[in-house]
Amino acid sequence: MKFTKSLLAVLAMGLSAGSAVADGNMASDMTLVSWGGAYQQSQINAYANPYVEMNSDVTVTWDESSAEAVAKLRAMNEAGSITWDVVDVVAADALRLCDEGLAMEIDPDEMLADAPDGTSAADDFGDLLVGDCFIPQIVYSTTFGYRTDLVPAGTEAPNDICDVFDLATYPGMRALEKRPINNVEWALLCDGVAKEDVYDVLATEEGQEQALAKLDTIKDSVIWWSAGADTPQLLADGEVFMGSTYNGRLFAAIVEQGQPIEMMWDAQVFDLDGWIIPEGLSDERLERALDFVRFATDTQRLADQAQYISYGPARQSSAPLVGKHATLGIDMAPHMPTDPNNAKNTFLYNFEFWADYRDDIDAKFQAWLAQ
Amino acid sequence: MSDTTASGPMLAADGRPLKESLRRALRRQKLRALALIAPLLLFVLLTFVIPILSMLVRSVENDIVATTLPGTVPALTEWDSSQGDIPPEDVYRNLFFDMFNAAEAKEHTKLGTRLNYENTGLASLFRTSGRSMDDIGEIFQDAIEDIDARFEDGAFWYEMMNGTGGGALVAERRTRWTELTDDDMNGDIGFTPSQAVVDLLPTTAAAYTDFAIWTVIDAEDVVAEEDPWEAVYAALAIDLRDPARAAAIASYAGPGADALQALTAAGLPEQSFTDAFIELDEDWGDADVWQTVALYSPTYTPGYFLNSVDRELTINGVAARPDNEQIYIKLFMRTLWMSLIITSSCILLGYPVAWLLANLPVRSANVLMILVLLPFWTSLLVRTSAWKVLLQQQGVINEILVWLGFVDDANRLILMNNSTGTIIAMTHILLPFMILPLYSVMKTIQPTYLRAAKSLGATNWTAFWRVYFPQSIPGIGAGSILVFILSIGYYITPEIVGGTDGVFISNRIAYNISRSLNWGLAAALGTILLVLVMALYWLYDRIVGIDNVKLGG
Repeated sequence: MKFTKSLLAVLAMGLSAGSAVADGNMASDMTLVSWGGAYQQSQINAYANPYVEMNSDVTVTWDESSAEAVAKLRAMNEAGSITWDVVDVVAADALRLCDEGLAMEIDPDEMLADAPDGTSAADDFGDLLVGDCFIPQIVYSTTFGYRTDLVPAGTEAPNDICDVFDLATYPGMRALEKRPINNVEWALLCDGVAKEDVYDVLATEEGQEQALAKLDTIKDSVIWWSAGADTPQLLADGEVFMGSTYNGRLFAAIVEQGQPIEMMWDAQVFDLDGWIIPEGLSDERLERALDFVRFATDTQRLADQAQYISYGPARQSSAPLVGKHATLGIDMAPHMPTDPNNAKNTFLYNFEFWADYRDDIDAKFQAWLAQ
Repeated sequence: MSDTTASGPMLAADGRPLKESLRRALRRQKLRALALIAPLLLFVLLTFVIPILSMLVRSVENDIVATTLPGTVPALTEWDSSQGDIPPEDVYRNLFFDMFNAAEAKEHTKLGTRLNYENTGLASLFRTSGRSMDDIGEIFQDAIEDIDARFEDGAFWYEMMNGTGGGALVAERRTRWTELTDDDMNGDIGFTPSQAVVDLLPTTAAAYTDFAIWTVIDAEDVVAEEDPWEAVYAALAIDLRDPARAAAIASYAGPGADALQALTAAGLPEQSFTDAFIELDEDWGDADVWQTVALYSPTYTPGYFLNSVDRELTINGVAARPDNEQIYIKLFMRTLWMSLIITSSCILLGYPVAWLLANLPVRSANVLMILVLLPFWTSLLVRTSAWKVLLQQQGVINEILVWLGFVDDANRLILMNNSTGTIIAMTHILLPFMILPLYSVMKTIQPTYLRAAKSLGATNWTAFWRVYFPQSIPGIGAGSILVFILSIGYYITPEIVGGTDGVFISNRIAYNISRSLNWGLAAALGTILLVLVMALYWLYDRIVGIDNVKLGG
């Protein structure tokens, strides 16, 4: 470790730059990392622009590297030069960054704003505070969309997760993510495993084989995607009949682009996305990062983000404040994954399980794919 | 200076020996040349040689187990892993102190992540156990404080432990902390254990020194003002319960002697660390977990390389991984095989184009050249995405074929998300790398040779095959090497159009780098790929001869 570390440190020496200091103790530059696209735009509109309006001396730089955030933060850490201040990651990645000592531990009550009615931040976020480093921002779900015009005549539209596996009733290609997460859970649910037993079954060799065997029944009719934008494109082009992706992507395809696509919310898998602050920031930058995060995760700001994208705010106190879409003027609440009509049958991503089993099951999944 | 003659050495104008003067001039020239290439040399060194070296080191480096569990690993060497029993109490005791320190420094989860690659479940085992080390320590702390309340006081502890003569212990523990955290742990800690305490209570002295170093260096507190952490109480209980020390403790007269004697008199809890760990998580009672720790405790491991060829390290030596997890050899073979196909199709498609380029009148050749270069100048991602639009089932090619009636609407061709897609897209993308060297070689082939062959009675085919083709082989060689080596390491195109059976080994390397964070395995895979390319290059040199490769004139 030391050999590579010192090498990288030499490399990084030339690259690290001190950031300017403004109003007393806070840095005036801040680099935020997110996912790009409509999601990042919603963050710019709801968080960054109002923040800069309040603090006109702050320059915000965006980096669209969230997909590689864990690897990049690790490389930065080894090089001894952290150039990011606040990073948007999914909860599973936050857990790993925390495990690796790359993300700072968070004390929600001290660092985050209380709800307007005085509820403490820890209570307001509740169970969504996964691990010790994660500051939740939104609840999103991975769920299915299908082409309304490709539903066979005389058949009712798919409304059950097991319709994905029913090639006889719903012929056509499916788009599934090229990784085991979510797919194996759905497979087991449709192979007779009760919802509460899914992870116990998946922890066994037989359970993993059972899940892959179920997926095997539709393997020839699957196009495997690796980027969230793939499924909406495949649906729009008529390449697939139904496909899984993040609900916000489907919202954009359905509502903003008017594609003949409909949501199938059954067994949607809830997941979280939020901020982490990298370990090892200088005091000035840390002050700035904390100041921004406190602002950007308060009740109003989280509710504001929902004007731009159909992801549910992570605070309970934000839910009643969710309004209409900023440009389309439609009510956003019915498009939220957390809306009671959509959340009749939901599934919660098990972070701890996947932190352990991710590599093991992925190896088997990839070997199965390559067969 | 051996070549002196009878008349003495030949002298230059300034009176120095000519030979020396000449050498000096040459040296200056060499230095100047070196200065000219220095920026490039430095650049190559920093961006190429060092990363490759670091990758090579990473593929075998494995010091994390030994630095995170510095007490447990030596203790484990005396345990016979093949018997299927759990290790002795001594190992668990060391594990407690190692884990306690690692949890304070938040290093235990890194070790858990590392070992989880080899044995699924260890990530959460280490993560949750790290949180509970305090609880084990508290069993002892509560018992000790119940017997004598003075042990609640940090200042009392400091007075009991502090003295002179224990400098070696501080240095030793400091080294451990440095190795554990990779941080500089230097600085005055304002504490030295007394030699008497080190002799009397060695475990306690070590644990208290650990506490002192961490308190001062990391938390920036003063040792005497802080209450020791739970591990110190556990250490004290171990020392005081040790029958071999009973006599020494009874006759001890240093600071706090009466308190220590009171503790031994009252009796301390008989808590076994083995039980405590197994109660925490039954996996600690699983010999399998310990075998993994033992197997991966050496500083260097062949484990990553074994994993890269679908093997694994077991207590019975090297074994094949389970069938349903074997993937890397298959991917290596596929990468080589498909690169070969791509190279051949580039030769087949590129050769006529290069011939046209070399033989058309300049004006039309230039237009053709632009057609070759234009896609070359377009972003790789754009070109690959364009292929997606062309190849998909509702895409341009299928639409045209269906419209022409060659293909039935219900059975459209599957041209992408499989190896066909990868081969088509990559052949197109790499084609210029074949055409350009071919063209520059063909440009130098004299047309007179062909005419001479024909005038001597050769048919068109014979003239081409016996006269023209052999002269163009250096171009094929250069183009093939370029295309083959480029395609072996290709990543983006297979990822986008490759589906399941069109992905390469580099896609798996990328997964290990950015998703699984298993950089050791990624480094091993990368090293194998590098060696493979160099071996093929060597083979090519032996068969074709590298002198036969020409990139131009």
